Amino acid sequence: MRKVSSVQRTIFLVTITAVALVYIARLFYLQIIDDKYKLSADENVLRRVIDYPSRGLVYDRKGKLLVFNQTVYDLMVTPREVKAMDTAEFCSIIKISLEDFRNKFQKAKRYSPYKASVFEKQISAETYGTLQEKLFKYKGFTVQPRTIRKYPYNTAAHLLGYLGEVDENVTAKNPYYQMGDYIGISGIEQSYEKELRGRRGTRYIMVDNFNREKGRFENGKFDTLSVAGEDLKLSLDADLQAYAELLFQNKRGSAVAIDPQTGEILAMVNSPSYNPNLMVGRERSRNYGRLLQDESKPLFNRAMMAYYPPGSTFKIINSLIGLQEHVITPETYFSCPGGYRVGPIFVHCHPHSSPVDLRNAVSVSCNSYYCQTFRAVIDNRKYASTERSFDKWRDYVLSFGIGKKIDVDMPHELKGNVPTVEYYNKFFGKGRWKSSTIISLAIGQGELGITPLQMANAACIVANKGFYYVPHVVKEIGSKHYLPDRFKEKNYTKIDPKYFDAIQDGMQWVFERGTARGSRVDSLVMCGKTGTAQNPHGKNHSVFFCFSPRENPKIAVAVLVENAGQGAQFAAPIASLMVQKYLLGTIKRPDLEKRMLDAIVVPMSDTNDDD
Amino acid sequence: MRQQKSIFQNIDWLTILLYLVMVIAGWLNIFAAVYNEDHSNITDFTQNYGKQMIWIATSLVLALAILIIDGKFYEAFSGVIYGISILSLIAVLIFGHEVAGSKSWFRFGDFGIQPAEFAKFATALMMARLLSPVGLKKDTWPVRLQSFAVFLLPVILILLENETGVALVFFAFTLVLYRENIIPGWILLLGILATALFIISLLVPKTTLMIILCSLGGLYLFLVQKRKYILPVIGITLISIGVVFSVDYVFNNVLESHQKKRIQVLLGMEDDLKGAGYNVNQSKIAIGSGGLLGKGFLKGTQTKYNFVPEQSTDFIFCTVGEEWGFVGTTVVILLFVALLYRIVFIAERQKSAFARIYGYGVAAIIFFHFFINIGMTIGLMPVIGIPLPFFSYGGSSLWGFTVLLFILIKLDSHRTFMLR
Repeated sequence: MRKVSSVQRTIFLVTITAVALVYIARLFYLQIIDDKYKLSADENVLRRVIDYPSRGLVYDRKGKLLVFNQTVYDLMVTPREVKAMDTAEFCSIIKISLEDFRNKFQKAKRYSPYKASVFEKQISAETYGTLQEKLFKYKGFTVQPRTIRKYPYNTAAHLLGYLGEVDENVTAKNPYYQMGDYIGISGIEQSYEKELRGRRGTRYIMVDNFNREKGRFENGKFDTLSVAGEDLKLSLDADLQAYAELLFQNKRGSAVAIDPQTGEILAMVNSPSYNPNLMVGRERSRNYGRLLQDESKPLFNRAMMAYYPPGSTFKIINSLIGLQEHVITPETYFSCPGGYRVGPIFVHCHPHSSPVDLRNAVSVSCNSYYCQTFRAVIDNRKYASTERSFDKWRDYVLSFGIGKKIDVDMPHELKGNVPTVEYYNKFFGKGRWKSSTIISLAIGQGELGITPLQMANAACIVANKGFYYVPHVVKEIGSKHYLPDRFKEKNYTKIDPKYFDAIQDGMQWVFERGTARGSRVDSLVMCGKTGTAQNPHGKNHSVFFCFSPRENPKIAVAVLVENAGQGAQFAAPIASLMVQKYLLGTIKRPDLEKRMLDAIVVPMSDTNDDD
Repeated sequence: MRQQKSIFQNIDWLTILLYLVMVIAGWLNIFAAVYNEDHSNITDFTQNYGKQMIWIATSLVLALAILIIDGKFYEAFSGVIYGISILSLIAVLIFGHEVAGSKSWFRFGDFGIQPAEFAKFATALMMARLLSPVGLKKDTWPVRLQSFAVFLLPVILILLENETGVALVFFAFTLVLYRENIIPGWILLLGILATALFIISLLVPKTTLMIILCSLGGLYLFLVQKRKYILPVIGITLISIGVVFSVDYVFNNVLESHQKKRIQVLLGMEDDLKGAGYNVNQSKIAIGSGGLLGKGFLKGTQTKYNFVPEQSTDFIFCTVGEEWGFVGTTVVILLFVALLYRIVFIAERQKSAFARIYGYGVAAIIFFHFFINIGMTIGLMPVIGIPLPFFSYGGSSLWGFTVLLFILIKLDSHRTFMLR
């Protein structure tokens, strides 16, 4: 009996021991060998919360608020938490179809059944108001506020630019961005992205099983503070910009106004344009698609990307090169027998007194004068060959900021086109071209392509007698009123300042008795030059650039109206109205103003005008 | 017969020490599991740890009372105690407070009493009383049936309360019956084999299992080559096949759906981490994230932030695992092993059969709780809601286990002079 019971006792104790050993072995595996549970524990408890700083605001030079932030609401869904609900009512509140609902829900589920993802982006405040009252009925749906850009004035869309969600290219290149983040993708939103966005902060918080915040992880040891974005004060004059856009209604083209003494861009008009408010919110992609397909190209930033032949405005630059190369002086006279013949080519000129000196040649825009000046430059004996002298000529042109990027503080600037020796050698054959072959360059035609921005910058150079500041649209950054140094440096052309006086005389005469006398403003001393750009796309472009006052210039403007005929017809009046608006504040030429506002210029069939 | 000089004479201080260590460790872990900054005082009576302090204090009073009462009382009044216990189990079915489908609590304001917890020591006393008379013929059917009736009666009543887990605990008495030769070892072995077969049937296709069983039977007969085994082996094979085919029926029609789910989760047949598998998965995460040394007292995030359900009662072991790591869990397991060894040692040194049988009852019940509760938290046992003795929060369970253990300590203190 005793023996039997001791066997049973042993079995009892062995059982206890065996269970204990199995459990200890299991705990050894769970707690020491398998790392999976440690990771799961962090996943359970830790949440990374991003603090998005508010994006910087944008003001114009007079302190008008141009861009601000508005709160919208992203509707988020955590698929696993969604319970049976009135889907039809839900869809009608957020205005989507049942099919959309299913697709969006599937998409969210594929992303993660447990994590919240965006179900519907940027619902409006009104929709949110309706939804909020009923949100308790829709388990698993939450609302997350975020901000979008708002533009109180429908103006300067291209210059301000817009934001878009980052794609894989951005996230791959810049680890700061994560999917779902927004980034500036054009205009100053892009070029001042870093200043405007500020710095995102990250907090690690601990949550309980209901995802309720329970405190900071390790007392915030790994947290970073967010830094608010810096505000921008632009040099843009919103009133001038809006006025110029108004003048451009029903016309295509571009206008750029710059303060020659600082390089500050005062206005940058693209027409047609679009309402910048179209490029935010949930309608963005649809609006973008529609604008992209519009044949009038409202998204096209003509001011910085369109290549126009400068036409006769380029004669100013050719004059200065001629003077600098000593092939002419202001007192050089050329005769004009109604045009200029070189071999088989006859460059027409319009009727005016002959012969003319340089000042008058500018004033009346004599083609013959410039053909001869240009030939004198290219055929200059000083240089060993046409190629050499052409290169020299090209260098002068480039020093005006033409044919290269001038590094304006906005993205997508193009450099324009100034043909090269290589180009002509390829096109005509080496040694088979000479000054007469490329004579159209004399009057700003041929292969020349200049952006309106470059044209305005050239006007600044003439106003400053030989130098320019890199044009820029930002006046001050942030609370420290900072401006990058590169905008404070003078960039000199290769033309001696002394040669500019005669040119300015001629340009002043353009208003007083020359091609733009119809656009004269009595109380202002203005200098300008008309141009009529022949182009393969239909009727000539009306081109004009000018600056004012002549002494101590405050504004330089370049205007190009597509297919609007002679420079004097549209570009000169619009430019002069802009100058008057900026310098005097009021327009005392109601007839001219009304004519410009009412004019409808549509692309038409090819007709030739001449200055 | 000598008179007892002091109530503390012959007291087994080692058992009391183990008891105190476990109760205090339990209290600290409850504090850690429920801890939040708003109620950072361990004596805050609005929180479970504050309440547990009251339960511990009252338990100590109970323990003292048990030691003061004459040891002969328990044997003499075991029938009465058992009777009162059964009556209270019936009463709770009528007057009890229903919580989540279970009717097992008497409510007195904020506090509740669960009679099933007290039925454990009552049944242990009754079982000891039944089997202790000298000259009792243990291998007779009346004795067998009576001994089964003693623990099956509370099982039935508790099942009616809908507390399956608590009812299961009473099957621990089969270990006592085994120790007392009421049921032979092979029956227990058969039970274990049947359970194994049940589990295998759920995992392996029926036809495959049938072929395996038939081949095993045939192979045995072929190897042993004895005529007299033919019928029993065929019989056993047929019964086994019967078990296999009854499994689906039992599984689908007898078990409740949540019990089914728990078994499926345990066997890895289903990986429902947000549903039935949530508890166990979170429990394993909490324990597993503790590592070797744990995250430190009050530093556990999984239990503190309620990822583990019932973290102060049934899943208190998670807090131990998370905050004290492998070292802590091993110490707790060794504490239980030490206590169980000590109880078995105490039981075996009794000269009184009553005290010995009661001692085995205590060991069996504590072992069963330990086996199921810790097994559940580490994913080796299905989720059965029974507390970890001395650790889990709860007045009834702490009182119940205290009474259970201290009656043994009292009986043991009489071992030298209670000669029969």
